[in-house]
Amino acid sequence: MDKHQEFRQQVRQWLRDNCPVSMRTPAAEDEQIWGGRHIEFQSREQQQWFERMRDKGWFAPDWPIEYGGGGLDRKQAAILNQEMTRLQCRPPQLNLGIWMLGPVLLEFGSEAQKQEHLPRMARGEIRWCQGFSEPNAGSDLAGLQMKAESDGDDYIVNGAKIWTSYANKSDWIYALVRTDPKAAKHDGISLLLIDMTSPGIEAKPIELISGESHFCEVFFENVRVPKANLVGEVNGGWSVAKRLMQHERAAIANFGGESESPYVLHQLAKEYIGEHQGRIADPVIRDQVVSIDINEKAFALTLRRTMEEAKQGAGNGAATSIFKYCSTEQQKQKGELLLKILGNRALGWEGDDYSDQELAITRDWLQSKTLSIGGGTSEIQLNIIAKRVLGLPA
Amino acid sequence: MALVLSEEQRFLQDTAREFFQQQSPVSALRQLRDTRDAKGYDGDVWQQIVELGWNGMIFPEELGGLDFGFMGLGAVLEQAGHTLNSSPLLDSVVLAGSVVLLAGNDQQRRELIPALIEGRLRIALALDEDSHHNPATTALRASPRDNNYELNGQKRYVANGGNAEHLIVVARTSGEPGDQAGLSLFLVSANDIQKQASTRIDSRNCANLTFDQVTVSENALLGSAGGAFPVLDQALDRARICVSAEMLGSAQELLDRTVAYLKERNQFGVPIGSFQALQHRAAIMFAELELARSTVMAALEALDSKEATTEEVATLASLAKAKVGEVCQLISNEAIQLHGGIGVTDELEIGFFLKRLRVAEQSFGNTGFHRSRFATLNGY
Ligand SMILES: Cc1cc2nc3c(=O)[nH]c(=O)nc-3n(C[C@H](O)[C@H](O)[C@H](O)COP(=O)(O)OP(=O)(O)OC[C@H]3O[C@@H](n4cnc5c(N)ncnc54)[C@H](O)[C@@H]3O)c2cc1C
Repeated sequence: MDKHQEFRQQVRQWLRDNCPVSMRTPAAEDEQIWGGRHIEFQSREQQQWFERMRDKGWFAPDWPIEYGGGGLDRKQAAILNQEMTRLQCRPPQLNLGIWMLGPVLLEFGSEAQKQEHLPRMARGEIRWCQGFSEPNAGSDLAGLQMKAESDGDDYIVNGAKIWTSYANKSDWIYALVRTDPKAAKHDGISLLLIDMTSPGIEAKPIELISGESHFCEVFFENVRVPKANLVGEVNGGWSVAKRLMQHERAAIANFGGESESPYVLHQLAKEYIGEHQGRIADPVIRDQVVSIDINEKAFALTLRRTMEEAKQGAGNGAATSIFKYCSTEQQKQKGELLLKILGNRALGWEGDDYSDQELAITRDWLQSKTLSIGGGTSEIQLNIIAKRVLGLPA
Repeated sequence: MALVLSEEQRFLQDTAREFFQQQSPVSALRQLRDTRDAKGYDGDVWQQIVELGWNGMIFPEELGGLDFGFMGLGAVLEQAGHTLNSSPLLDSVVLAGSVVLLAGNDQQRRELIPALIEGRLRIALALDEDSHHNPATTALRASPRDNNYELNGQKRYVANGGNAEHLIVVARTSGEPGDQAGLSLFLVSANDIQKQASTRIDSRNCANLTFDQVTVSENALLGSAGGAFPVLDQALDRARICVSAEMLGSAQELLDRTVAYLKERNQFGVPIGSFQALQHRAAIMFAELELARSTVMAALEALDSKEATTEEVATLASLAKAKVGEVCQLISNEAIQLHGGIGVTDELEIGFFLKRLRVAEQSFGNTGFHRSRFATLNGY
């Protein structure tokens, strides 16, 4: 048995022993745990699962141990992920810091920044949000205007961010700010880490079509931020941000992975539409289920293929550019098909008429519309493929 | 096992790329078409393929094969797809050879497989009878007569049916069209059969065959009488996966040529590739092709895997054939549209790809067939 097979068996056993049975079902939106100062557990098992994974360093399995990570190599981290999927373990916590900011701090941060932020992130003690978009800077992010002006050892920050997911519940924000208003638009931007408890910050939630309000408009008025909180070079924030967005796209594509969705289309179709000689009774719906299944399978195989290509140093990684586009568009199509399958049962907003699952499907369908907008819209993804991969002219 | 080619397989792919580009460019197919070549392939090129050993790739060493596996064969066929090379490799060697390997007895294998590998023999699988591929609907009858069988019925669109020395005829010894049970396989000399060549859009060789009281000995049976369906389907899955690899190569070539044209063609004073409407269409083709590629690699991997069950292979075969079929449809149509007027001319080679891809799409089950089969295999 090679070293990775051995690791797999150990992980499998450890998960069996340590992941409470109630944590082995898909988590509803309100059952997800976000790390941070205000963490609230709904059950003892949830807390146990959180603490056990935390103590292993497995919130950030592939980070170095000295920064609070699990010290696993890429392959081991992938094995952990696969075994968790196999047992259907819930993520013990969700954390933007770990997916996006952490890897960037590891690459660009000062030693002091790493020491201060990474271990707390890896222990799920601080919740981070991302302050990039502004009312006038969305797809054209580099048009952002929030100012950070030098004042001794500090910056004074003024302006507004919008669509900031969970800003009202976060402890810190990593924000792109303009540090040189005279420079060309990509050259005057910096990445700043800001404590959300600093005086002068206000976060106002915005309601979504799904009835949730997971993002906010955030106002900054004369907010004082130590200069030591600037990541990378002054005015060098754009390249840091680009790297960060790569991690973001990868994370978003992963959410859409085959294993995450709790809905098995063909079972629901048989249940709601009926069955004829083992087949979904309506041949049109059956064929549409095939479309989604085939694309989900093809996508999962593509994730696997690019990982293996990277490992072998083969291929050019071009396929990674399609992840965000494909997975989010597929998720939306799946939402629409679920709606067709459930028919009137998917049109309830609330009340006892509808089962919890039906109501959840409706809300998930509405929520799926956000996927191809946040983190760079589908159109922007296609622009990127056309220019960077296919080399088409500007 | 991985969805990536090994170094050895990449080396083979490079050899194949160079070989087909030099020996069998699309212009060679044009010439075969224009001279109405009856074989539908170039005999010299075929001889070279034999010498390169590609025929033996999937067969065991004791039968003269190389045991190199389907991943490697897939890499070769993908390159053949880039230049639309036509040869008996897929229909005769891979498909008919697999039927012999999986259904035949020892003697039949030893007699036929080395001959296929060495290019001494061509065998055509006579299966389809109707407008659509569907093995279970086979109606051609084989009725027992003493120690013989008598065959009556029709086979149509038999690839290489016009020039193969032998035929493997799928016949019904019991049951009714639509039943999977009751199918049998017979090895028949092609001499005794009435053939009518049929010209198809891809300029390859294809024939309609009439069986009118054709008598064959019971020794001609490959495998058990009445129980052929599962092995036949298994052999067909190999062909389905391999033709998907070939189609993938053709689609990749079409995309490459189209993207190159978007960069070189100018209108309104700029390259047409600077128009975002076209950029997005190109990007979507790229994304779809990457998805399709993964399904083909997974299916080839499963054929080589010792662990994959027949049913897993079948599911992946239908996944690949369905996804590749859909993507080829998209890319071949877009390739024409994005070339404008020149795209619909016979002078441009794009049309050759369109024609070949439609024939390949119908072969061994079209997209609709495989979508439905995929659903059935997944329990719905
Ligand atoms: C659920 C959700 C969560 C989010 N969370 C965060 C967060 O935490 N932090 C944060 O900073 N931001 C966040 N965002 C913001 C997100 O990044 C932006 O919404 C996104 O970048 C699009 O910007 P916009 O909304 O201004 O749309 P616009 O840029 O105005 O786009 C409008 C339309 O125009 C199209 N378009 C724009 N430019 C082009 C072009 N060049 N070519 C072709 N089409 C184009 C777009 O694709 C879109 O269809 C979130 C968004 C959503 C939906």
